[in-house]
Amino acid sequence: MGAITTTVNEALARIESRSDLSAFQHVATERARARAAALEADATGRPLRGRPIAIKDNIVARGIPTTAGSKILDGYTSPFDATVVTKLEAAGAVIVGTTRCDEFAMGSSTENCAWGPVRNPVDPTRTPGGSSGGSAAAVAAGMVPLALGSDTGGSIRQPAAFTGVVGLKPTYGRVSRYGLMAFASSLDQIGPLARTTREAAEVLEVISGHDPKDSTSSPQPVPTFVEGLTGDVRGLRIGIPRHLLADGVDPEVRNSFDEAIERAQSLGAVVSEIGLPHASHAIAVYYLVATAEASANLARYDGVRYGHRTQSPPTLGDLYDRSRSEGFGPEVKRRILLGTYVLSAGYYDAYYRKAQQVRGLIARDYAQAFETVDLIAMPTSPVPAFRLGERVDDPLQMYLADVFTVGANLAGVPAISIPGAPTSAGLPVGLQFIARPWDEMTMLRMADAFEKN
Amino acid sequence: MDNEGIARLATLARLQITDDERRQFAAQLTDILRYVEQIQAVDTSAVEAETHPLAPQTAWRDDTPVASLPTDAGLANAPDADRSRGLFRVPKVLG
Repeated sequence: MGAITTTVNEALARIESRSDLSAFQHVATERARARAAALEADATGRPLRGRPIAIKDNIVARGIPTTAGSKILDGYTSPFDATVVTKLEAAGAVIVGTTRCDEFAMGSSTENCAWGPVRNPVDPTRTPGGSSGGSAAAVAAGMVPLALGSDTGGSIRQPAAFTGVVGLKPTYGRVSRYGLMAFASSLDQIGPLARTTREAAEVLEVISGHDPKDSTSSPQPVPTFVEGLTGDVRGLRIGIPRHLLADGVDPEVRNSFDEAIERAQSLGAVVSEIGLPHASHAIAVYYLVATAEASANLARYDGVRYGHRTQSPPTLGDLYDRSRSEGFGPEVKRRILLGTYVLSAGYYDAYYRKAQQVRGLIARDYAQAFETVDLIAMPTSPVPAFRLGERVDDPLQMYLADVFTVGANLAGVPAISIPGAPTSAGLPVGLQFIARPWDEMTMLRMADAFEKN
Repeated sequence: MDNEGIARLATLARLQITDDERRQFAAQLTDILRYVEQIQAVDTSAVEAETHPLAPQTAWRDDTPVASLPTDAGLANAPDADRSRGLFRVPKVLG
């Protein structure tokens, strides 16, 4: 038995032994073993040769069932591979299965998953965050060294923060979305979760680049990201939007953040205060834009071409209505209704158009800040991982906790969450760096230097 | 947002919702709409409504045919299909 098979078998054994966390939705045992054997028979050098990786259950791979955490896709198996899957496999990575997530990535705790929530390996009574909670838990518990998530409003970074791993949302357009089940197309990006910044950089490099199958993926050249990890951050200018941190931030999160900023300064970074004057409207804008797009994207689930179909509908209209109502969970219905409202005649200008304009102002704030600083730092989440069940009844309160993550999606800029100092109870706290469009390199350099010191 | 408003939206969104859901969604959407109302106060007179702030360029490709999904693969996940004729099957629409 070769080294790759051994590594893959160890990952599979660990996935099995930590099944109590419910991190995985589908474990692709046979596919992974066959892939490991094939790689061993082929000595070609590949950047991720033999590295096990998990993909979020909203990224498709031929022959692996994908549900997006929804009953409406129970039993669905894609006839094609997502571009990120094609790229990972060409780079020698071994896909070991799919990880559980909130239904259609709508949620911050995995409690909106139709198959049940994921548990946080640090404290199983707590959420691992969401929506990519399964990917974060799988990496944090050592089941896999690498995983992919998707991030529409923080869904990679917040679970990374809650579980103590690295999570990266690339610049919008850096990574192809072909084969990612669409939630909000102008915000969605696929990105890596990993134990270290270096590993996240390695995966990012493999999955980046223009894809003819996604017209929003960019022809921007893809740098060799790991070359940027020099450890030298002297003179890097970091801006902090202090006004955003004034209210609603857990004191332990604030302490962890302040300590991180001192550490960045001791490494030679230059810290200053910046303003993001429209950032306080980011959540309102986000929940208008994202739900509008979701209501359109989720119209495709009609019970005709794939997915759940109701029993014996008398008419085609009943087929649509009942299939959708039986298949979608409450959060998805809530967001479809809100999105439908936002886009409906008489409200479109007041809500959707207005939200797009404010989104433009939020993006302009970031662009102006980046005229004087190289990176923006803030906590990833205002709170550490909360207990499962604690917030399920109040969707608005759940949305408000996305305050530090949605801005990067609205502005399209890249952002990374890395572990800061934990709370006194040992709960992980995430530190977030946000960079200029296409400048993941600087963000990775800072994160890597921080991690090593 | 009242119960009637929710019922109208559900019809537009092709969802059937129960009375309980209607009441719950009406209360929750009222909360959310009250919160998002804050954006009305933002001065946007100097800004266009853009679909995306990074304004991705339109990606053109050569107008040459490429292979698409084979019919049988496209039908593989259909809840009901006439596979020999390559058709999805739905309840009768015309009498």
